[in-house]
Amino acid sequence: MTNPAPTRRADNGVNVDALLTARAALTDAPEGAQFKWRATSHWMNGTHSRATVDGFFGLGAEQRHRRSFEFDSDHPEIFAATDNGATPVEYVLVGLAGCLSAGIASVAQNRNIQLHSVRATLEAGMDLQGVLGIDEHVRNGFDGIKVHYEIDADATPEQIAALVAQSQKRSAVFDIIANPTDVTVTTSKA
Amino acid sequence: MTDPGDGAGRTVDVVVIGGGHCGLAMSHALSRRSVDHVVIERGEVANAWRTERWDSLRLLTPNWMCRLPGQCYDGGEPDGFMRATDVAAFLARYATRMRVPVVTHTTVQRVAPASGGYVVRTDRGDWSCRAVVLASGACSLPAVPRLAADLPASVTQLTARDYRRPADLPPGGVLVAGASATGLQLALEIRRSGRPVLLATGEHVRMPRLYRGRDVQWWLLASGVLDQRIEDMDDPVRARRLPSPQLVGSDERMALDLNIVQRDGVEVCGRLAGVRRNRALFSGSLHNVCALADLKMNRLLDTFDTWARAQGLDAEIGALERFEPTSVAASPRLGAELGREVCTIVWATGYRPDFRWLDVPVFDRRDELRHDRGVVDAPGLYVLGLPFLRRRKSSFIHGAEADVNEIAAHLFEHLEHIAGALC
Repeated sequence: MTNPAPTRRADNGVNVDALLTARAALTDAPEGAQFKWRATSHWMNGTHSRATVDGFFGLGAEQRHRRSFEFDSDHPEIFAATDNGATPVEYVLVGLAGCLSAGIASVAQNRNIQLHSVRATLEAGMDLQGVLGIDEHVRNGFDGIKVHYEIDADATPEQIAALVAQSQKRSAVFDIIANPTDVTVTTSKA
Repeated sequence: MTDPGDGAGRTVDVVVIGGGHCGLAMSHALSRRSVDHVVIERGEVANAWRTERWDSLRLLTPNWMCRLPGQCYDGGEPDGFMRATDVAAFLARYATRMRVPVVTHTTVQRVAPASGGYVVRTDRGDWSCRAVVLASGACSLPAVPRLAADLPASVTQLTARDYRRPADLPPGGVLVAGASATGLQLALEIRRSGRPVLLATGEHVRMPRLYRGRDVQWWLLASGVLDQRIEDMDDPVRARRLPSPQLVGSDERMALDLNIVQRDGVEVCGRLAGVRRNRALFSGSLHNVCALADLKMNRLLDTFDTWARAQGLDAEIGALERFEPTSVAASPRLGAELGREVCTIVWATGYRPDFRWLDVPVFDRRDELRHDRGVVDAPGLYVLGLPFLRRRKSSFIHGAEADVNEIAAHLFEHLEHIAGALC
């Protein structure tokens, strides 16, 4: 670890002061902390769908992203599909990586640790006998997720491990994957 | 002991609620200033130690640390660990020696503001007073998670407060929920009684019993960790919610951690995260909570080492040590069949204080007492003995003295202020 001058502030591009202010404000006004995240999805053809994310609810009001984001999901050609996008299960890995890395940057900023590079590699095992209904004892989803972080930062290996551990502890997607979540799906005829 | 004068209204300057170590220590401080007071106790002195502890329980602190204002440990086994009955006897002797005015077998039903202070209603009459000290303890009610209500009736549930010994449990597998000192101790003794045991493990605090040849409590005390003040903590809320470290008091001074209980056959799984029909679901966060605990333990040991070096102690104590990382199964189990694999759940998920009888508007939106380091948000109302109330040692027996001195000083000023206002 290099010895940065004690006065130097790390800059990972995270506005920690704003986050801490928000934390204090939402502690006193928990109703503002109630958010709704949304996505819409349109079936294109075959296994290809296109999802759009643009608005969400939070801080007591409807909010909008700076612009709309579109996500194509499909299945690869080895499933005789058109491969117009990542598979839905790969989007789960994308979400987990995005959430953990955002957490790492925020925690590092709060601990005044300068990051130089953060590279995550994710791999999830899945036994297709589940989704294909071949073996009812095999679950549909992942049998486990392995995440590896390679991080260059002005910190000791222990400090880096602690960043990654703290990020998991505070991660929404980690929690969504690691703990049960109730899912309710309803239908209507268009 | 003071005659409570059944049914008759009595007036004192201060009512102390609870005859545990904090209440007795506060009484000692009040007596030294000749403040007229009474200690109201629902049972005998040290009631919880007599009636709410499992058989094998021993203190997590060695005997030499067990001291109260004006009373050091004077027994012959300074490195031993008291059983609950020993603690009760120690406190009873203290109460007698210090002539603590305890009113026993008297249950407080309501505390409400009254002109000039408070009225304390009990099942044996009312007390009027100018100040009240809440010393009924931090462990009055077991904190059981809400999902306990979702469990099928085929599963027997009990809390660590009601648990006594493995033989009382119904036959079959046992799930111990919570990996604090309590959870690990119960998991181990239930496993050793021959039952299959699952230990649901969330965030926990790992600590060796002995480090470099000395008890970890010696390190915590000597290096100043136990004297850390709540106002110096980055996250005081979290500091107050920390579970008790994975320790056990024993003659062999044995260590207790997840590796040790696993060697005895306890199966460690993630935090109990949900119940779906007849299945308990465990969190997939076990690897991370174990990694966090190992990292934090090593940081604590680094603190000890730095301190010992600065004190020039390296020559006289043992060599530096580091412990095996917590071993976690490659794929920890994520569920268990209730009523089949798990017939009993023992909740070792912590405690909370019980202030339901406190009829004073001093609770926040989470129903927690609003106070600044023991000075409750109502004139003349004080609380003692909560975790990290003022210092890390606040809930320890030996931690009472420093808190009592500071809170008593505030209380004396309050009494003088009222006396002045009345002139």
